[in-house]
Amino acid sequence: MYVWVARPRLLAVRTCVVSMVAVDSQGPQDSAVRMFRRERSIPLRGSAAALCNNLSVLQLPSRNLTHFGVVHGPSAQLVSAAPEGVPLAQRQLHAKEGAGVSPPLITQVHWCVLPFRVLLVLTSHRGIQMYESDGSVMVYWHALDSGDASPVQAVFARGIAASGHFICVGTWSGQILVFDIPAKGPNIVLSEELAGHQTPVTDIATEPAQGQDYVADMVTADDSGLLCVWRSGPEFKLLTRIPGFGVPCPSVQLWHGTVAAGYGDGQVRLYEASTGTLHVQISAHARAICALDLAPEAGKVEHCHGECVPDTQVCGARFCDPSGSSFAVTGYDLAEILRFSSV
Amino acid sequence: MSVRTLPLLFLNLGGEMLYILDQRLRAQNIPGDKARKVLHDIISTMFNRKFMEELFKPQELYSKKALRTVYDRLAHASIMRLNQASMDKLYDLMTMAFKHQVLLCPRPKDVLLVTFNHLDAIKGFIQDSPAILHQVEEIFRQLTEVKCFFLLCLWQTYGGLSAGEFQLIRQTLLTFFQDLHIRVSLFLKDKVQNSNGRFVLPVSGPVPWGTEVPGLIRMFDSKGKEVKKVEFKHGGNYVTAPKEGSFELYGDRVLKLGTNMYSVNRPVETHMSGASKNLAPRTQENIAPNPLAKEELNFLARLMGGMEIKKPSGPEPGFRLNLFTTDEEEEQAALTRPEELSYEVINIQATQDQQRNEELARIMGELEVTDQPRQSASKGDDLLAMMDGL
Repeated sequence: MYVWVARPRLLAVRTCVVSMVAVDSQGPQDSAVRMFRRERSIPLRGSAAALCNNLSVLQLPSRNLTHFGVVHGPSAQLVSAAPEGVPLAQRQLHAKEGAGVSPPLITQVHWCVLPFRVLLVLTSHRGIQMYESDGSVMVYWHALDSGDASPVQAVFARGIAASGHFICVGTWSGQILVFDIPAKGPNIVLSEELAGHQTPVTDIATEPAQGQDYVADMVTADDSGLLCVWRSGPEFKLLTRIPGFGVPCPSVQLWHGTVAAGYGDGQVRLYEASTGTLHVQISAHARAICALDLAPEAGKVEHCHGECVPDTQVCGARFCDPSGSSFAVTGYDLAEILRFSSV
Repeated sequence: MSVRTLPLLFLNLGGEMLYILDQRLRAQNIPGDKARKVLHDIISTMFNRKFMEELFKPQELYSKKALRTVYDRLAHASIMRLNQASMDKLYDLMTMAFKHQVLLCPRPKDVLLVTFNHLDAIKGFIQDSPAILHQVEEIFRQLTEVKCFFLLCLWQTYGGLSAGEFQLIRQTLLTFFQDLHIRVSLFLKDKVQNSNGRFVLPVSGPVPWGTEVPGLIRMFDSKGKEVKKVEFKHGGNYVTAPKEGSFELYGDRVLKLGTNMYSVNRPVETHMSGASKNLAPRTQENIAPNPLAKEELNFLARLMGGMEIKKPSGPEPGFRLNLFTTDEEEEQAALTRPEELSYEVINIQATQDQQRNEELARIMGELEVTDQPRQSASKGDDLLAMMDGL
């Protein structure tokens, strides 16, 4: 696995720095100039599945805790850890059963931070499950409608993000389901179904709408590499489309009006969200990108670190703090969460 | 997960099985014509038209245990017999080999090239043999027709799939192989596998077709004009891919994954020692009764119903193949196999439905070896009669 940490810069209008890590699924033996060092790993009860974006992190600085969520297969694991990586609590969640030969598989687990609450969302081949943030209570279940699917088509939900008081979830058909979340309680309502994609959704990214400067606050990606840029609201509005070229875009991020997208051919591209203009193109990896994360901060663009975990096929990567001074990584078949922090 | 995965899984595992059996037949000095018969019988069973029709129906993957039943039956499609321990070892080797191939495929779509490599090699097993030349020709003719049907199925199923759909197939396959870390001597020796059972992932060599060699940042202005180029050191050691492998009926596949790595005298051992803690989660799956077992058995029965297993023909005696070097080793392996890796024969008494039970019992019954050889005029007639059933 090669982890590539960089600080990209936008040209022209505004300079901003994003510390970014993009991971692929291969693993070199030696490391480049080190700016990060390996920290203590967090053990998992089961190995991570070979999915993309297979790590979610919820930072709780006030409680000196970090929650990690990893999909194993038919179950997902939640682990809480103290700052030094000492594991404190574990919980397993399962996909709701249904008809079929084998237990349904989970596609993604992700914490959604809303204005008044945090919910944990789990997507599977059956539907969407929402829990209180510690996973203790399921507050909502939405079964997927597979009506239009042909017998050869896989039916699943995938791609989870919070936008204001909405939670948006992608589906196999390309639809984005928008759920309206009350400040508390289980009265969650499906408020909108967005059409924009024709192929299965892979990932969704959002950022708080920041007034006039940044109109776009949600970007959705799919298996064909198409990116749709949206503005949230009582009704979501499609602002622009950034075409793909048949190469899947498994992972996408949005920050200050910039879309960062990782593709199946190892490329990372940065676009202006409102116009879809390509600003930066990086031949980042020799294999498909499977996870991408941003830690917002000010600065400039350059490649600053390459890290490697030998013989591990990475499937998830997240920064563990807003400044990007530490990050965590999961790998297929690996029953631990690898942690790195800057020296 | 993807419902188009089973044909790929089945054919590639079947291909590995043939490689291993071929090597063991020669290592055990089984007479050439018997060895060839075994391979021919297995191949013709694999490519049975009715079986392929069932195989290519969109369906979820079976568990590793359930799929082993299919290979157990396939391995016994001829005059060869395998003890439980040898069958276990055979299945371990097959699964680890294909796991390795899937993991190392540069692009998800390249699993098709791996499949073609296996197919190309299977053609090579239908060799001319002076003793049964006319039978071989007949088999080849039938098999060519049947293989064309198979290739048609292959193209119809996979020909138009997108990169995203192949990615889902890849994820489905990796789910099937998750937490399998059996150490294989040949892999350890070739430094393809580490001593902890994990495969070595190389970070040099050609990049996948369609991928650029990493190391370049390009920046553009608002008009789309490139204004700056910055290079960076990636850390790996990659080069451009020279060409794309061929997906045609014949062609240079370029990729070596899926070709026969067992040469004449390379031993095929596995290490069962040290059940690692990674296996612990799977213990639950193996020991606790699976409430979905009935569903799975249903589908399995239908799949195996398409498999035509002929009875041993003529006075030709069967023989037992040993995947280990000695009988004592085989016995020892049977005794020391870790609990979580044991593949118990599926207990059909567990099913409640009497009718289903009878149907499955009938199919399973064909696994039994009949002691009295079938009366027939000649070996050739039997083979042709069998072929007519294709």
